[in-house]
Amino acid sequence: MRGITKTFPGVIALDDVSLSVRRGEIHALVGENGAGKSTLMKVLSGVYPHGQYEGQILFEGKDAQFSDIRASEALGIVIIHQELALVPQLSITENIFLGNEQGRRGMVDWSAAHSRARDLLKMVGLDDLTDTPVRRLGVGKQQLVEIAKALSKKVTLLILDEPTAALNETDSQKLLSLLRGFKAQGISSVLISHKIKEVESIADTITVIRDGRVVESLDASAGVTEDRIIRGMVGRDLTHRFPDRDAKVGEVVFEVRNWNVAHPIYDDRMVIKDVSLNVRAGEVVGIAGLMGAGRTEFAMSVFGRSWGRYVSGKALKNGKEIDVSSIPNAIHNGIAYATEDRKTYGLVLINDVKTNITLANLEGISSRSVLSVPREIKVANEYRDRLKIKCSSVKQSAVNLSGGNQQKVVLSKWLFAHPDVLILDEPTRGIDVGAKFEIYTIINRLAAEGKAVIFISSELPEILGISDRIYVMAGGQIAAEMTAAEASQESIMKAIMRLGRAASEGIVA
Amino acid sequence: MTQQGAPHVEIGLGSADPSRPAPTADSGERLLTVLRNNVRQYGMLVALVVIIAFFQFTTGGTMLRPQNVTNVFLQNGYIIAMALGMLLIIVSGHIDLSVGSVAAFTGAIAAVVMVDYKLDPILAVLAALLVGGLIGAWQGFWVAYMRIPSFIVTLSGMLLFRGLTLFMLNGQPVGPFPGSFRSIASGFIPEPIGSIQDPLGPDQLKLTTLILAGLLCAGLIFLDLQARREQLKYGFKVTPFGQFVARNVVLIVAIMYLAYRLSAFFGLPVVLALVLVLIAVYMFLTGRTVIGRRIYAVGGNAKAATLSGVKTKQMVFLAFINMGVLSAVGGLISTARFNSATPKAGDGFELDVIAATFVGGASAYGGIGTVAGAVIGALVLGVLNIGMGLMGIGIDYQFAIKALVLLGAVFVDVRGKNKDS
Repeated sequence: MRGITKTFPGVIALDDVSLSVRRGEIHALVGENGAGKSTLMKVLSGVYPHGQYEGQILFEGKDAQFSDIRASEALGIVIIHQELALVPQLSITENIFLGNEQGRRGMVDWSAAHSRARDLLKMVGLDDLTDTPVRRLGVGKQQLVEIAKALSKKVTLLILDEPTAALNETDSQKLLSLLRGFKAQGISSVLISHKIKEVESIADTITVIRDGRVVESLDASAGVTEDRIIRGMVGRDLTHRFPDRDAKVGEVVFEVRNWNVAHPIYDDRMVIKDVSLNVRAGEVVGIAGLMGAGRTEFAMSVFGRSWGRYVSGKALKNGKEIDVSSIPNAIHNGIAYATEDRKTYGLVLINDVKTNITLANLEGISSRSVLSVPREIKVANEYRDRLKIKCSSVKQSAVNLSGGNQQKVVLSKWLFAHPDVLILDEPTRGIDVGAKFEIYTIINRLAAEGKAVIFISSELPEILGISDRIYVMAGGQIAAEMTAAEASQESIMKAIMRLGRAASEGIVA
Repeated sequence: MTQQGAPHVEIGLGSADPSRPAPTADSGERLLTVLRNNVRQYGMLVALVVIIAFFQFTTGGTMLRPQNVTNVFLQNGYIIAMALGMLLIIVSGHIDLSVGSVAAFTGAIAAVVMVDYKLDPILAVLAALLVGGLIGAWQGFWVAYMRIPSFIVTLSGMLLFRGLTLFMLNGQPVGPFPGSFRSIASGFIPEPIGSIQDPLGPDQLKLTTLILAGLLCAGLIFLDLQARREQLKYGFKVTPFGQFVARNVVLIVAIMYLAYRLSAFFGLPVVLALVLVLIAVYMFLTGRTVIGRRIYAVGGNAKAATLSGVKTKQMVFLAFINMGVLSAVGGLISTARFNSATPKAGDGFELDVIAATFVGGASAYGGIGTVAGAVIGALVLGVLNIGMGLMGIGIDYQFAIKALVLLGAVFVDVRGKNKDS
């Protein structure tokens, strides 16, 4: 790709970007959110057709002008988007050949389709039956089905937009080794990822994009450090990826004792088993664990029993038992839960920033059930300044904000509810390095104000970087509790493994 | 000036550069953008004015005769009242197909207790409203707590309450009613002050109506000024004073013209007074109360609303109770208007009411819609009905034209939203 420039009304998304991918290369594209990575790949795959951008695409030496995705697919360029494009109700086979049905004259040859699908599944290392509906598969397997779908189209250049964002460690590794296999077969891959470690381990070339320009292309075979990549991404040295913590920890504010929760559908399946934990004023307590360890389920269950079927357990605040049997009660008792999935569960996207910020505490801007819009705007502007939310005004729709700013709106909402205990579930998922640092700073400041913070994250460096104390969860149980000083990535992983071996019935998904 | 393609922002700069268009064109362009932004905001209002002007022209001035202006409200009062309820239902992410049958059933109840049991009209009205609320609770229970799609529940309600209407009336019309009940739909407010000769025309103008309209204008200006003062107090940007004055002048002219036409006939219809009160109440409810805000949040994203402590089921339940009561209001008005309760009453109301709400800009996906929009939507359809009737257009064409207006309005709305995002 040579000299690609793409503008949207008011912004230059890509400014004279050139990128070259060699045959059989794994080329990683890194950069902060909004840097232009996805836009570049959309130009390459024909989502933005020829004529909507300036510059030239050369594919195998020839000038390529794609009018749509089909045109780029015909040459073997296949893109797998971050949001999976599978139809949950349809079977694996139906999904793989969707739009490319096997058969003739409008008739589908099912035996041929299933047999080809089986071959493709084998290539990506899946042994599920081809007539399994895709919704029955986990996210990791769904991702592999997407890749099998790509392979069904004779791919020469595979573009993956954050393929491992939703995957756990094992599935990520599986996927990455698959890419290595493709490399051996001469298939090139472009990998967009936020996980620097992963990029470092697999890529041959790393191109860093910032503000719509290529900052540098690094030859990864020579060895590139994580700090080196991050410096390129943010344009400065991040000597501290985490703000300094100077914790003044007080008394125990919030405590959960012997919490048990059953699966919402299968009554006999216990998802949370006898979990007890506590958090002190001014303390940041991390809950580490792999995906499916039950952390979100536990947190949501404590927050007004919003997940699963409550079986038993007590919640105490300042030593006294409190009622958390419904969400309004939990909020009333000073508990707040900021969800891991801000778009589905955190925000009313069609509403503006101010409406979202005040939603959990409308009493705070009203008297006798009558709202005061000026008070609302004032409150929203306060949080906008305090959390540095970038928006044209508090009347801007939440849907147009970047991930980091959306997350800050969710945090503002809960801060305005004035909780004593703040449960943050993956608050930095899918947001860029700069915004992550800001979120950490906010968390520190909240703790400094005496709030008790429970911080759930799948990224171990992050948990280690900002917690004072860490609980490790696995299989719905507390596997270990350790102070920040004792904890390390190794000790956390060991605790998870130890419990995994001890539990003879295996880990509950 | 090197930025040829940059948008022209300042007029002064334009005249300094010969390559730029003359200042007049520039300010014309500015006027256009202002208009374009306002068309998006007031699109249906502009459409309403255009439609009225069109009929005024094609009917040779008959459209805005006092009697026809009065008829717009007499004929559409119940649609507006029910559209207010439907707005909340649609905003909360649901639909109610049963409103026509519920209106018929509640009207039938009022008719039977008045005619067969000689009950006082006031008690009859209260009974009908109560039954409306209970019906709303019944349907709301199934939708909100039993999680049955509102389309199914209210489709069932549509059949159920039509059947109960037939049962109540034994298949026969019931009427006539006492004058006090009939006046809900066809009466006018008393005019104790008398009237004056219209200086511009042959009619006598009812003074009370004109004075009430004047008071309404004064009240609206007062509220607008107060809102402005409050905004200034908190240090917010306010609309430029010129625009503020222009907006109020347009509003006052519209209200006073309407009052002028009404006063030349019998004055202010009771049903219009009733509807105006309802509009004011629902504007306040949707814009300024906690419960209104919560209903919008439920329709916008029910999951996020639940996790923010909103009792989503309760909100939907309340929206349906409200709809039931307003269906009863609609049923009472239409029953009083026809001076009899009939088995076929309310037939097709649901379509007019739902169409009015969507023409007024409510989103079929929930979370978006305004009271003003729903009212304007109802008026657009009402004016179309009367105007086409005056032009002598056949009922067959009337249906087709209304259908295309509905589709066109929603199309323009959807396209506008896609461009925004």
